[in-house]
Amino acid sequence: MSELGILARREVSLAWGRGGGPLLAVGFLAAAVTLIPLALGPAPGRLAGVAVGVVWVVLALASLLSLERLFERDFDDGALDLLALGRLPLEATCAVKCLASWLANGASLALAAPLAAIALGAPARTAPIVCITAALGGVAFAFVGGLGASLALASRRGGALMAVIVLPLLIPPAIFAGAAIDAWSAGLEWRTGLSLLTAYALAAAALGPFAMAAGCRNALG
Amino acid sequence: MISVLRLESLSVERGGRVLFRELSARVSAGEAMAVIGANGAGKTSLLRAIAGLLRPLKGEIVFEGWADASDARRSACHLVGHQDGLKGGRTAREELLFQSRWLGAGEEAALTAAARFGVSRQLGLEVRRLSAGQRRRLALARLVAAPRPLWLLDEPLAPLDQAGRALVGELMAAHLAGGGLILAAAHDPLPVPARILEIGA
Repeated sequence: MSELGILARREVSLAWGRGGGPLLAVGFLAAAVTLIPLALGPAPGRLAGVAVGVVWVVLALASLLSLERLFERDFDDGALDLLALGRLPLEATCAVKCLASWLANGASLALAAPLAAIALGAPARTAPIVCITAALGGVAFAFVGGLGASLALASRRGGALMAVIVLPLLIPPAIFAGAAIDAWSAGLEWRTGLSLLTAYALAAAALGPFAMAAGCRNALG
Repeated sequence: MISVLRLESLSVERGGRVLFRELSARVSAGEAMAVIGANGAGKTSLLRAIAGLLRPLKGEIVFEGWADASDARRSACHLVGHQDGLKGGRTAREELLFQSRWLGAGEEAALTAAARFGVSRQLGLEVRRLSAGQRRRLALARLVAAPRPLWLLDEPLAPLDQAGRALVGELMAAHLAGGGLILAAAHDPLPVPARILEIGA
């Protein structure tokens, strides 16, 4: 088996198992969806209007929750040394870690997101676009979040760094997804927003690993 | 194959403090070298610099027999330290197989190595249930599972019992006889004849 396959198997199994795996992210989504109506008060119309947007914000935060520690455990227990010394370039290793995290958390969130949106009162016909944008957005979140996680390794205030570096990078996908979902609901051309979101996710996946590998090397050295 | 490992006027810094300056040494195939020094003298940093995880401030590390140092590090070098990379929540078997395969060994070689280190019966347990000694034996098993010429060991004997130390001694002697190189940071004397490299003196 190639190094890529060996690593992918381990990372997926760690991502599913680690700290409850996707349960943590999906549980966060469920908790937020339960709390928001209680906080907003009993006016169904008010909630339905913002349902999809709220779900998207919660998705972004839920992904960060699991991504913040993407490299931390491997760094602390020395596994990152072993990974950095492997035959696979560290860039590829980082990409595999992000994809594995997406498979566990991002994909589960993408499946749960339409349910959450409908529970908040969004029309059922938005379900497909919510699921698609959540899945694509999840890819962007995974790579951008991984970038933040790798930079946070070397710094003492990793949490603050995540907020300052990662949150601004989550704005474009949120805007593109919002546009696509709005257009879909209104029966307009929705492919533009979706194309932009796809482009952003691909760019993050293409460039993120280089930055992540540099961040990890910096932390190790 | 690495014929000689050469350190040429190496200076290493950690956290803004220079640990040692102008350190030069050479280890030839079939030789072991014990790195000694007080706590914090930079033994671990030296090993990490040789493994390529830490960039030295100055100086050069040459793996004779390899044109490219990073190829040598990826294919001909083992680093085992106290941070062994074993995940507490996974079974010893999963972790052993991952580490060995990642370093290019097959499943059979990994299981044979575990048997050699006497941890076959523990393979079904979670790593966090192992004792410190058993855990170190599991980490060292990758040396045997995936044979590579250069062993960089950080306090390899510390948690091991008498039998474990004797076993590591046997394996080290066999490794050296086969043309391997060992560089080990240690406070206790190594169980094989070794030259001494003192740092921070």
